[in-house]
Amino acid sequence: MKYARTLLAAATLSLAGTASIAQAADEVNVYSYRQAFLIKPLLEEFNKETGIEVNLVTGGGGLLERLEHEGPNSPADVLLTAEVGPLYDAVERGLVSPVESETLASNIPAHYRDPENRWFALTARSRIIYASKDRVEKGEIKTYEELADPKWKGRICTRSGKHTYNLSLFASMIAYHGEEWTEQWLQDLKANLARKPQGNDRSQVKAVKEGVCDLALGNSYYFGKMLTNEEQPEQQEWAKSVNLIFPNQDDRGAHMNISGASVTKYAPNRENAVKLLEFLSSEKAQAIYAEVNYEFPVRPDTPRSELINEYMGDFKGDSINLQELGPLRATASKLLDKVGFDN
Amino acid sequence: MRSDTATLTCSQPRLPRPRLAGWYTLAWSIALIVALPVLAVFYLALFPDENIWSHLASTVLPVYVITTIELVVGVSLLSMVAGVGSAWLVTLCRFPGRRLFEWALLLPFAVPAYVIAYVYTDLLEFAGPVQGALRTLFGWETARDYWFPEIRSLGGAIVMLSLVLYPYIYLLARAAFLEQSVSLRDASRLLGCNAWQSFWRISLPIARPAIAVGVSLVSMETINDFGTVDYFAVKSLTAGIYDTWLNMYNLGGAAQIASLMLIFVVMLITLERKARERQKQFHSADRFSVMEPYRLRGWRAAVATAFCLMPVVCGFVIPCGLLAWYASGYLDQLWSEDFLSYASHSFTLSLTAAVVSIAIAVVLAYARRLYSERRSLQFAVRFSSLGYAMPGAVLALGVIIPLAAFDNSVDAFMRRHFDVSTGLLLSGTTFALVLAYVVRFLAVSTGAVDSSLSKVTPSMDMAARSLGQTASGTLMRVHLPLIRGGLLTALLVVFVDCMKELPATLIMRPFNYDTLATFVYQYASDEMLERCSLAALLIVLVGVLPVILLSRSITATRRQA
Repeated sequence: MKYARTLLAAATLSLAGTASIAQAADEVNVYSYRQAFLIKPLLEEFNKETGIEVNLVTGGGGLLERLEHEGPNSPADVLLTAEVGPLYDAVERGLVSPVESETLASNIPAHYRDPENRWFALTARSRIIYASKDRVEKGEIKTYEELADPKWKGRICTRSGKHTYNLSLFASMIAYHGEEWTEQWLQDLKANLARKPQGNDRSQVKAVKEGVCDLALGNSYYFGKMLTNEEQPEQQEWAKSVNLIFPNQDDRGAHMNISGASVTKYAPNRENAVKLLEFLSSEKAQAIYAEVNYEFPVRPDTPRSELINEYMGDFKGDSINLQELGPLRATASKLLDKVGFDN
Repeated sequence: MRSDTATLTCSQPRLPRPRLAGWYTLAWSIALIVALPVLAVFYLALFPDENIWSHLASTVLPVYVITTIELVVGVSLLSMVAGVGSAWLVTLCRFPGRRLFEWALLLPFAVPAYVIAYVYTDLLEFAGPVQGALRTLFGWETARDYWFPEIRSLGGAIVMLSLVLYPYIYLLARAAFLEQSVSLRDASRLLGCNAWQSFWRISLPIARPAIAVGVSLVSMETINDFGTVDYFAVKSLTAGIYDTWLNMYNLGGAAQIASLMLIFVVMLITLERKARERQKQFHSADRFSVMEPYRLRGWRAAVATAFCLMPVVCGFVIPCGLLAWYASGYLDQLWSEDFLSYASHSFTLSLTAAVVSIAIAVVLAYARRLYSERRSLQFAVRFSSLGYAMPGAVLALGVIIPLAAFDNSVDAFMRRHFDVSTGLLLSGTTFALVLAYVVRFLAVSTGAVDSSLSKVTPSMDMAARSLGQTASGTLMRVHLPLIRGGLLTALLVVFVDCMKELPATLIMRPFNYDTLATFVYQYASDEMLERCSLAALLIVLVGVLPVILLSRSITATRRQA
């Protein structure tokens, strides 16, 4: 018992040391859905330029609820996300506030921010079709709609339909074609799958390389990540086995999803929060942000990385506003249940 | 032995109690605080954004329910076979390697389920070394040329979870076998039972309460697992909870599924309890007499060795070997300042939570002993440990909500009366994290403490009290020293569980605060296991030390004779 008491005392002491939140005068507090290793380089750059300390919590589902229940006393100033889902949800629940900033408005095109400026996209990626170089002719598939064609029976791979990137794409299908049409399309797509939806985007490309399937749905940046992977050189082989197809170039363009940021409703360091967002939309930050993850900068004037230019060239991206897709994501999720997409 | 049994099969004798009912109040207050998160989730369930059930029932609910049942039954059975079988072998038989297996069988416990899932996927998927070697060997080329079991499947998830969860059952079953009266077994042998019959007729029925506790811990861990089922695309109820919450923006609906799942768990536990209500046993005096083990020879010994070797190799040696192989490329990480701080965060948090958790468990268990006829208290204590059966992230919300409400009311009060803002006192601090861990793992600590305490015969209490000890004095001078071993077991198990905890840590942690588990997560979630293999290995190694300690202390209780 004595021993236990000593241990407890020691542990309490060491906890007390770490419990106090950094109380620098000039700071900004970030709740982030993006992984730390992706955003730290940028936040450090921001600190160097402005002297503002950035405090960071990264996490997954649940951060939004934390923000909500902390209420007006929440220390969070900025919400950073890896996709539009939580941003839309935060807007719906009134957790974030509009930002009127000339800089942001001129840096970020209208379809990459909320119509009422409650969230701003910071990077974009396209949901593209990876097609086997050996088994799919160039021009054989050009649109998302064609994925439902019976000629692809047993030849398509995808991750879970419920994954946010797929939900976003399926929501856009509902926006363009309506619910009923999309249900049928999902049904037909499901019938074309080579295997039960599983794994992540990379493993779909791998499956193409391995001959499990011929087409795979995936985000564009995974191509860059695989092609340059020094730690697992076999991933370079996966990337080299596929062609990148940006669908629907003759009509609305390839579906785009985003990572983005909002300023919280009760941000105690609101001014710094806006500064951080403006910094993240600056040309310099856009170049770093896009480069680190092979995403596209949202600023049209930021030069893209060489790799992206070489393999992805110019393509047309769908410019539907993602705020509009928000409510359709839940609809898409239900349609997936209905057709048993993931079963 | 006979007199103990006789007293107890009638009814629990009332123990002398302190007049001021301090223990009663204390236990009730603690139980209420610890139950708050579960109540908060029930509260959330009252406000769904829309009724989710008609949609679920007509589409995926049957799949969720059936998958969950298959998963829980599969993991429980497999863990039971591995856990009980190996526990019986190492405790009652003699065969090559037994001394080693005694503690080695606990090692897989230190491996987080999400890590083992990642490792085995790397090994067994198409591009992995196993299938690669097979292809070279047989000249196959694509996945269409041959059949290989799919690791990312329900079966895969059952095996992965069983590999890391069976030690719960092993631990409890072994303790139960060690405590069993030798005379009973000797009698069974005299009456002509062989080892096998004696196992089925004597050892197993007597160990049933302990095994039941183990199996219920295993099933709860299985039900609340998200990492493995998500990675393997297994559609369990927990997957449905996350889907309803995050994809359909219906937290209330998700809380409803979680609450229902909880009710289901409570029913199961109650059923099991009812089924063995009449059984009560206490240590008999000859517990420490030397027991004559079964000596296995020839093929029997070989089978016993293989049986114990398999879980250790699959659950520990292979995954850790692969992690070590990956980690060898990142050894320089180890010396970075950040890394040391992650490790120390993990260690101090887990240790604090374990100590607090055990202290609370002792208070609750002792109050239950003092007030065994107060049904409401019994219920409150049992209810407070239900957090274990909830998915970690949902339980974290249950902790966040009352904490934030408390902080905000204090702040409002201080503003109104003193014009001072206190802000968030507890939310987003390490205190909140410790609370979350305690709530999450209280079932583990109360289970272990309860079962130790219940084996101390009530005549001890009576003797101590009639000699003038207070209730507290009796606890400190008589019970705690007697159940020291059980307390240590509970402490170490909770410690290891906290080291592995991820979902609550992720959402609730303070700013700029990482633990080994969150560090592992940020890379593992992006399928870059190599970069975090060192941290993952460290979680395992820090967990292994207490596991070995634990095993020694258990063996020591037997050898004290």
